[in-house]
Amino acid sequence: MKQFKGRVVTPGEVTAEAVVTKEGFNTLASLQMALQFGDKEVKCGDQSNKELYGKPLINKALCLPQTIGSTTGGLVLYCACSMEKNPACMLFANHIDSLAAAGAVLADVWVDGVTMPVIDGLGDEFLSYVKDGMKITVKADGIVEVE
Amino acid sequence: MILTKEQQAILQGEKGETLAKVMKTLVMYGDAFEAEKLVPITSKYNHLVTSFGLKVMSPVYDLMQQLLDADVSSEQKFSVDPRPLDKNVPANFLQNLVFNKFMYTKQDFYEGQLDKLGLIDKNAFTCTCYMDEVGNKPKKGDVLSWAESSAVVYANSVLGARCNRNSGIIDIMGSIVGFVPYFGLLTDEGRKATWVVKIQTTKKPEAQLLGSAIGMKVMEDVPYIVGLDKWIGNELNDSTCAYLKDFGAATASNGAVGLYHIENLTPEAVELGENLIAEGAKEYVIDDAELERVNNNYPVIWKNPDAKPKLCFVGCPHLSLEQLKDWTLKLEAELKKNGKKKVTVNTVFTAAPGVLETFEKTEYAARLKATGVITSYICPLMYMYNPLCKKMPVITSSNKLRTYTSARYYTDAEILETITGGRN
Repeated sequence: MKQFKGRVVTPGEVTAEAVVTKEGFNTLASLQMALQFGDKEVKCGDQSNKELYGKPLINKALCLPQTIGSTTGGLVLYCACSMEKNPACMLFANHIDSLAAAGAVLADVWVDGVTMPVIDGLGDEFLSYVKDGMKITVKADGIVEVE
Repeated sequence: MILTKEQQAILQGEKGETLAKVMKTLVMYGDAFEAEKLVPITSKYNHLVTSFGLKVMSPVYDLMQQLLDADVSSEQKFSVDPRPLDKNVPANFLQNLVFNKFMYTKQDFYEGQLDKLGLIDKNAFTCTCYMDEVGNKPKKGDVLSWAESSAVVYANSVLGARCNRNSGIIDIMGSIVGFVPYFGLLTDEGRKATWVVKIQTTKKPEAQLLGSAIGMKVMEDVPYIVGLDKWIGNELNDSTCAYLKDFGAATASNGAVGLYHIENLTPEAVELGENLIAEGAKEYVIDDAELERVNNNYPVIWKNPDAKPKLCFVGCPHLSLEQLKDWTLKLEAELKKNGKKKVTVNTVFTAAPGVLETFEKTEYAARLKATGVITSYICPLMYMYNPLCKKMPVITSSNKLRTYTSARYYTDAEILETITGGRN
């Protein structure tokens, strides 16, 4: 088991299975079709992301460098949380980007009853180490345990 | 973050719970970037990205309704991204059924909300709000609360305004409180380039292909681009601005670029030159081979890669007046050369309502219509969200549209050849 320390962007504790991308996560391209057409597994719809395309994202610990793409990305994330179709948590190797930060904050402030912990600054080593399927535990203080 | 007494009072609920939540959202958003303060928005208008009444986005409209019910709308009016639907855009019975009964069922309701929240007018629906014909053009140094990635990157880079890549909803919230957090692209430090991109092509690079390559490489960093002025000049005229519009949209959608500098061309690059380059900036060289590599690596998700295209979209982001005229001339010439009178693929050119109105008054409008091209004000992306449209072989000159949909990207020259029957 390895531990990584990051910064808490939105708080919470959770344990989930990792799903990993080393590419920028295009939130709109990844989630919009799944949300729109009621995909219960919320499979990633971004055909440009070979690592994630077709993989279920709901209730997973999404491990990524940052998000990219449309400025609807933040509100897509907010909608995913409102519909309880969000990842269990989002774990950023880099500093969080403005769109993901917006989505995480909007969900934290405006959605009752749904918690999606978001940690950033976990570092390149985190993203190199973590693999799909590994058990992730996110602690309240920003510690992320990877088994 | 240090707030003024007034801002603190809002946060503590002295002006109501809803406004307190709006302020809390902006403060938390700013805290994520270590913003030390909120600064006033100075632009005349805002620009919002959410233009569509998509059923799945109901949480967004619920939030908007909370704002309206609490009477916290702002005095700053706004333009908004394009509408999703236009009956003039070809769609079969089933596609229309999905559009109208399953997808954009909340369009009228949401447009009503936008009207109450401060929409400029019923024509203010375009991603190219900065066009003269639309009139939402901020000044150099203006602080914005905009969203829409292609508009933000244009405003920052070509107009020298200051705006972060704000998400939808954050855009309107900035207007409501009149302030945005001071971080990132609002700061001098945040506007420095951490990449130097050297253009070493043997011909003028295709705007959206170049933008795609740069966006995918630098992600959200700021690039300083050297060698592009050789091909597009050092004057921000209509033609160059149109090029930069398309280029920027590709950087912002294929990556996360919010600002680029082009040596000898864009305002801050002209003013500050290499002083804009941060220490330790990385280098990326783009030659013909690199552009070819990028182009060849786009995934093709058509079921039949050799299918004959059924629809073509040009204008994501929306076309400028000059681009509409230019395409008219090129189409006429190419159709004549190929012995055709009309385009051989259903083709839609999209532009802002204000631009289309002006275009209609020129001699080019009838000439373009005669080629069989349809003009529309829609967002092609909104059209392609329809799963029945996703299955269709659609071609486009937009790398942004390619990124988000099943549309296949081709250069302008390839599109021209294909739709005029000159290419199998």
